[in-house]
Amino acid sequence: MNHYPQAWGRPRDDVYGAYDHSYLQSAQPKTHTQSPAVTGTSVLGVKFKDGVVIAADNLASYGSLARFTDVKRIRTFPPNTVVGFGGDVSDMQYLDRLLQSLDIRENYLSSTDHVLNAKNLHTYLSKIMYRRRSDFNPLWNMLLVAGLDDEDKPFLASADLLGTTFSSPTLATGFGAHLAQPLLRRLMPNDEASVKDVTQEQAINAVKECMKVLFYRDARSMDKYSIAVITKDGVDLKEDEKLENQSWAFADQIRGYGTQVN
Amino acid sequence: MFRNNYDNDSVTFSPQGRIFQVEYAQEAVKQGSVVVGLVSKTHVVLTALKRNAEELSSYQKKVVGVDDHLGVALAGLASDARVLSNFMKQQSLASKLSYGRPIPIERIVNMIGDRAQTSTQHYGKRPYGVGLLVAGVDDLGPHLFEFSPSGMTQEMLACAIGARSQMARTYLERHLDKFADCSRDELIKHGLLALKESLAQDKELTVDNTSLAVIGLAEKDGRKKLEKFKLFDGQDVGPLLEANVETSGGGEGDAMETDS
Repeated sequence: MNHYPQAWGRPRDDVYGAYDHSYLQSAQPKTHTQSPAVTGTSVLGVKFKDGVVIAADNLASYGSLARFTDVKRIRTFPPNTVVGFGGDVSDMQYLDRLLQSLDIRENYLSSTDHVLNAKNLHTYLSKIMYRRRSDFNPLWNMLLVAGLDDEDKPFLASADLLGTTFSSPTLATGFGAHLAQPLLRRLMPNDEASVKDVTQEQAINAVKECMKVLFYRDARSMDKYSIAVITKDGVDLKEDEKLENQSWAFADQIRGYGTQVN
Repeated sequence: MFRNNYDNDSVTFSPQGRIFQVEYAQEAVKQGSVVVGLVSKTHVVLTALKRNAEELSSYQKKVVGVDDHLGVALAGLASDARVLSNFMKQQSLASKLSYGRPIPIERIVNMIGDRAQTSTQHYGKRPYGVGLLVAGVDDLGPHLFEFSPSGMTQEMLACAIGARSQMARTYLERHLDKFADCSRDELIKHGLLALKESLAQDKELTVDNTSLAVIGLAEKDGRKKLEKFKLFDGQDVGPLLEANVETSGGGEGDAMETDS
């Protein structure tokens, strides 16, 4: 008799052979996406007194390779919301399909015009993002949701792959958070209180200027971009804009990386 | 013993094209005490007559708050209404949690309508034995819906269901054209008067047997703001009854009788 209690009640090794643990466990724990593959870079968003401007370039990179140059990373949701996607492009396409089926469901369920506004959509998307990070299977994106809230005031908020949400009169994801956000904040010296003093033209110019700065300094960016202006009257989305008035005069001053090491 | 051969389940039509189980369920609604609902451009009011099973028991619950913007009044099997109102509470909460949006009234009424319909088409199921008046406010304003055990739902301007509700309906029909422009207080008055119409000869509205609920749109700083679901029950209805309904004198006297 085996006197070790841990052996009691189990098949005896001397009769059945040692237990083969490989039946119980696979060799490796289950893993999910640990890094993005094809990625989009920054998305910029700025509120102004009657609405929001949002922009992102049309590039999808595969690592440092500029793989796809006509990817539209600004998507609209009827009637009056726009979502800008940074990060993994396939996850963006998945989220876009989710939004499309949500829109179809919304239209099917109500005979009357109940709509989801930008705020509702941001709540929904942030729940999706948080759910997926809690499954240890995050959607590798940084989103900006732009539109109007239930009081028809400009709405701009972000959600990221951790389900973190943040709202501010100017927002930028990815590299833009470091390069463009400080520039955009010059428009809003008093944060939210400044929004009423910013015109649509000012906001558009600031965004275009920042897209240019990003193209100068972000190696994963491109000079073709999409820009959307959301107001009460609807969404004006232009998907094939080109950066204008570039000036590379500053470039030969730069030292410390690239070909000029010192 | 059976009225006929076609009323054992809700999957068999009678040769006249009727489903008796559903009709019997609708009879259960008529056994319940009366509830009244009516809408104006800004408010929706539910009033209900409560019964107590016996002297020693409390009065039944006739109006259930589902959410800040939504409530139901029931006539029929109270336990069936609890199942439905719990379902509505869940759906309403789900909408708030996932979209940050109060669920549109039409949407949630369709949900309970679909639920009730399935139990009229499956063997071994029983239709809900309860009728509901669903009152709520959403982006499109105040709404009143009638829900019946068949799964049929209808938007109403004013409605009364339950025992002796025909008299209340007659009152509502007579005053229908006034409701749209009623103020909150006028709408409450019409709600209570319609309820009073359906009372038996020797009965009157008291703080014990009357429930009233209001939801509305209040104007604040030029913007429309939700006036949350408010239930007036017990002593709370006292002032409303005094202001709107004549009661046969001596309000204080019947509160406590002492030996003399």
